[in-house]
Amino acid sequence: MPGPLLNVRNLIKHFPLPRSPVDLVRRRAPERVHAVDGVSFALDRGRTLGLVGESGCGKSTLGRCVLRLYRPDAGEMWYEDVDLARLDERGLLPYRKRMQVVLQDPYSSLDPRQTVGSALLEVLAVHAIGTPQDRPERVAQLLAQVGLRPHDARKYPGEFSGGQRQRIGIARALAVGPELLIADEPVSALDVSIQAQILALMLDLRRSLGLTMIFISHDLRVVRYLSDEVAVMYLGKIVEHAPAADLFARPRHPYTLALLAAIPEVGDDPKPAVEIRGEPTSAVHLPGGCRFHPRCPWKVDRCLTEAPELRELAEGHRVACHEARA
Amino acid sequence: MTELALSVEGLSVEIPTRRGVVRAVRDVTFGVGPGEAVALVGESGSGKSMTCRAIMRLLHPPARITAGAVRFRGRDLVALAEPELERIRGQGIAMIFQDPTSALNPVLTIERQVAEVLPRGAGHRERIVELLRQVGITDAERRLKAYPHQLSGGQRQRVMLAIVLTRRPTVLLADEPTTALDVTIQAQILAELGRLQQELSMALVLVTHDLGVVRRTVHRVAVMYAGQIVELAPTDELFARPRHPYTVGLIGSVPSVDRSTPLTPIPGTPPDPIGLGEGCAFAPRCPIASAECLAAPIPLRPVGPGRVSRCIKADRVGSEWSAGAAAQRS
Repeated sequence: MPGPLLNVRNLIKHFPLPRSPVDLVRRRAPERVHAVDGVSFALDRGRTLGLVGESGCGKSTLGRCVLRLYRPDAGEMWYEDVDLARLDERGLLPYRKRMQVVLQDPYSSLDPRQTVGSALLEVLAVHAIGTPQDRPERVAQLLAQVGLRPHDARKYPGEFSGGQRQRIGIARALAVGPELLIADEPVSALDVSIQAQILALMLDLRRSLGLTMIFISHDLRVVRYLSDEVAVMYLGKIVEHAPAADLFARPRHPYTLALLAAIPEVGDDPKPAVEIRGEPTSAVHLPGGCRFHPRCPWKVDRCLTEAPELRELAEGHRVACHEARA
Repeated sequence: MTELALSVEGLSVEIPTRRGVVRAVRDVTFGVGPGEAVALVGESGSGKSMTCRAIMRLLHPPARITAGAVRFRGRDLVALAEPELERIRGQGIAMIFQDPTSALNPVLTIERQVAEVLPRGAGHRERIVELLRQVGITDAERRLKAYPHQLSGGQRQRVMLAIVLTRRPTVLLADEPTTALDVTIQAQILAELGRLQQELSMALVLVTHDLGVVRRTVHRVAVMYAGQIVELAPTDELFARPRHPYTVGLIGSVPSVDRSTPLTPIPGTPPDPIGLGEGCAFAPRCPIASAECLAAPIPLRPVGPGRVSRCIKADRVGSEWSAGAAAQRS
């Protein structure tokens, strides 16, 4: 059995903030947003990792680091036996084909004056996939794969609804035949009935193409639907990472419990009894000790000074909390 | 039945466009009693926000009310002159929006903005602080001197709520008040809203696309599709036994943390709001639709105590829908 497809070790990505004139004069170092601040996880081939957390927790930054749209400040990202973090643009080229991304708003990444068909042809040509003769056939296949019709290739992005545009976004990602698909809030902008259609499509494609996926979302309900395992992020760190069934059946980090309790569920489920107050602390001035302690209902003295490491409390179930129990 | 705080009767809104007339709101009728919370639920373009704006007569031209009445304190707001309406807006009927930034003045401190709506007198500042605390702003003293952009989205919405509540409105219209917020903050704001509504015995009209939000916040739900109310029912009954195929589809589309309930997406997309036919607008996506559904306008009909449905096959919705949907998918 080969190792994981992706193995991320202690990944760090900070963004410096612009300095005020006073800071410039005093030569103070710029303040930093600790977007991703020491994240480690491994993802096996064919599995889907759901990455959840609220705005500003670093989940999108993490995704962009893996895609090497950002260069991480420190840490390793092993893709099989190559550390993506160390590669230059040239070295990354083959991985641009093996990894693809689906974004929340595909419209912003589609050229409004280019037909969908020609956009897809361009992707195939750039990556030298197939011959010019059989590329149109491949485009038709791609469109069919995402539930669009062949003649949709002649239309412009503006002629499609939001849900259809997301199908185009998916087709474009699939065009190069990627192994790893990173989907960043792919259904967040869609109406619920359309969202369900796209989720069903992604589930279907993942099975039929054997994709490995990182599915980034703020919505635990959506993540639940697609993920084999789930990592919950808070202020730049993973606070809990477990097989999906386990995480939802027995969440162990107080933040995960609170997230679950806050979900407006349609069903009649009894809610777990953790309620958190206040808002996340800023990712610039992080609290000492555990980052969650200012909002945590379980906090003890130790949490104020000592940052908890991820500990394995059950098989494959890692939790970063001093008070969490197996 | 007690007197309704607000009653909307046969309200219609049209928007003339170059392509034709958009019938954004079609014959919408509902009421909300004092201390009662009613939700208007639907997807983009269903007419829920437009209904809300029409109640306050805040439509952007060329959108205009073409029929109907909005009864409030014995008067019809649709027929009221603007100066009189201005007196009702804010203290009679107040409204909060998805994006509080647009409703707050960016160059005034929070203190100034709350002070403007609070009658002056001794302990003015203390009352402002108290008010901000009431809506869950923890370090209220410190926040007084802040400008809107220095607050988070959740805090801005709380400030909005504080400003609105100083006037003790009879009716509060809340248009997607928590949609832009993170889920833990959303839960806090909804709880706050519910508590204040009870305390002040306000009538609340909550406009939202999120069925989950509705589930625990309101007494009754009106489901909207293509400008019409297609079903109206007490919340628990709506979820336990939906009586319109669209409601069934909508509930089936919401992913749940409990994975035992599979997603059952509604096929197709909502209709073009221009040139809507007379029959059922949902028929093209409906698994139990037949020719008669498109033949004539379908009225809202009673389908149980306090509930109505705009489906001629309302009795069969449920069992047959699931079967039909399954057949369509395979």
